[in-house]
Amino acid sequence: METENGIVKMTKTFLSYNNIFSSLGLDSETVIENMLQGKTGLKKYEDTSLLPVPFCASRVSSETVNEQFNKIAGASKFTKLEKMLIASLNEVVKASNISLNEKVGLIISTTKGNIDVLEKNSGFPESRAYLSELGKTIQNFFGFKNEAIVLSNACISGVLAISVAKRFISEGKYDHVFITSGDLVSKFILSGFNSFQALSDEPCKPYDKNRVGINLGEVAASVLVTSEENKLSTEAIEILGDSTCNDANHISGPSRTGEGLYRSIKAALNEANLTASQIDYISAHGTATLFNDEMEAIAFNRLGMEKVPLNSLKGYFGHTLGASGLLETIVGMHFMERNVLFYSKGFSDLGVSKEINVIKENESKKLHIFLKTASGFGGCNSAVIFKKQTTNLK
Amino acid sequence: MNKEFKISSYSHIKNQTVSVNGNVLFTDDSEDFTTFIKAAYKFLDTGYSKFFKMDNLSKLAFLAADVLLKQEDLNEDENNIALIFSNKASSLDTDRKHQATIKNDAEYFPSPAIFVYTLPNICLGEISIKHKLYSENSFFIFDRFNPEHLQLYANSLLRSEKSEKVLCGWVDIEENIYEAFLYLVESNGEIEHNTEEIIRLYKIL
Repeated sequence: METENGIVKMTKTFLSYNNIFSSLGLDSETVIENMLQGKTGLKKYEDTSLLPVPFCASRVSSETVNEQFNKIAGASKFTKLEKMLIASLNEVVKASNISLNEKVGLIISTTKGNIDVLEKNSGFPESRAYLSELGKTIQNFFGFKNEAIVLSNACISGVLAISVAKRFISEGKYDHVFITSGDLVSKFILSGFNSFQALSDEPCKPYDKNRVGINLGEVAASVLVTSEENKLSTEAIEILGDSTCNDANHISGPSRTGEGLYRSIKAALNEANLTASQIDYISAHGTATLFNDEMEAIAFNRLGMEKVPLNSLKGYFGHTLGASGLLETIVGMHFMERNVLFYSKGFSDLGVSKEINVIKENESKKLHIFLKTASGFGGCNSAVIFKKQTTNLK
Repeated sequence: MNKEFKISSYSHIKNQTVSVNGNVLFTDDSEDFTTFIKAAYKFLDTGYSKFFKMDNLSKLAFLAADVLLKQEDLNEDENNIALIFSNKASSLDTDRKHQATIKNDAEYFPSPAIFVYTLPNICLGEISIKHKLYSENSFFIFDRFNPEHLQLYANSLLRSEKSEKVLCGWVDIEENIYEAFLYLVESNGEIEHNTEEIIRLYKIL
């Protein structure tokens, strides 16, 4: 935070160069093109080494990961997740062309990291399960001068990482922060979600009355967060406001009043100095469980946002846990640039008790400002508001 | 000029001892964490039955926070105290318990009651529920206590007025090896909020 004539001057922060490494493509542009063609990354799997029953998920094959990673470095020393994160972040570091000095930070957002090394035949020591080890591996690969900051805050990690980057930039600690986020579809995660009876073996249907449950997904997503306007990509967006609030209600079920989400969005709007009607589009969480979708509908209604077009991207990527918020923000920035309201895959008939405006068909519309939200176990919620960069107001 | 903040109170749970502001509240010779923390819960008159369904990380974090927050004159309906916690082992203590339920096909029995605790931030949710904290929760992982990170992050939340107070610290557990150190940062207090003081308090016990 700088001061000018005694008045606090907030540093502007932007999301710039980015990468999505997923079942729908290994870079953001390819992913967006595949989405525009109506493709989904979800597939049905019958793999008893992962789960005794069939499940539907979005996965990146080890062959694809190795093929990509081998173009960068020798593959043997790294886990699948590390290879995905490195391959994804490598694209962003290259595109950014920033020297990795003391003013450049690194944030890693993940819920479970290399949890698959707890499997007895993983081929890696159990010490790799420590998230700080994952942080060191990524930091050392690229030669970051600063220690990696690992954020593990359930399903809001990816959105919260953006807030954390913004705060460290406004405190003057860093000029640039690279965020990389990722989680795997592991036996650990599948068995846990299945024990909640929340998993579906069909593609998920967020907000739909014929919902079937959730799908998990794996992805690595990376972005440059910067305060320097000469480091912006064409789809860059400015962070206008952000907030994170707990429901103070239940650790595994969302609040029935959408309390934490309501408060997060309200505080983010406040900081952005905007009203609910000025939001062009909401990239919502939409896990496709009744409790989650209902909670979001209630929160959006309490804010008077029931007419704002919204989607959930879980029908394309599944729920990618600690990466989901960042992945969905990156997709949002590309559709902002293209001025397209993108349809919420899997939705046809409203299945929540309050009105919300779920996008059913792609529609061209001038887009300037969007809201990204996420909610997770532990009662956490996060909201960030973005504006299309002014030089990019097509 | 940037506003300065103070540390108003702090707590430790380690070496079979619970202390607040360096004063021992409870000590016990039990080497087993579960036995120790249950005895501490009872002695400290915590009176919160949900405590018994928590995993060990949540029990540790909850009690370290409770001894500080019950000294505060908190509002019954809502409070804006951000929780910025960190540790080394994330939720691995409980992750290993979940892993044990899926490791062989013959005894495959994953339980939602265990699985829900396989995230480090769940302990922040537990504290938020008890003390009605509708505020930010963030959980960071470092291989050692990192006062600089916590200090910068707490300052950012307080200066931007996102939070009225910030409860920061370190809560780490793996089996019977555990350590909690929490401190409350706000406008008023006796101790400077800088990394030297944070380290001094961290090492006080």
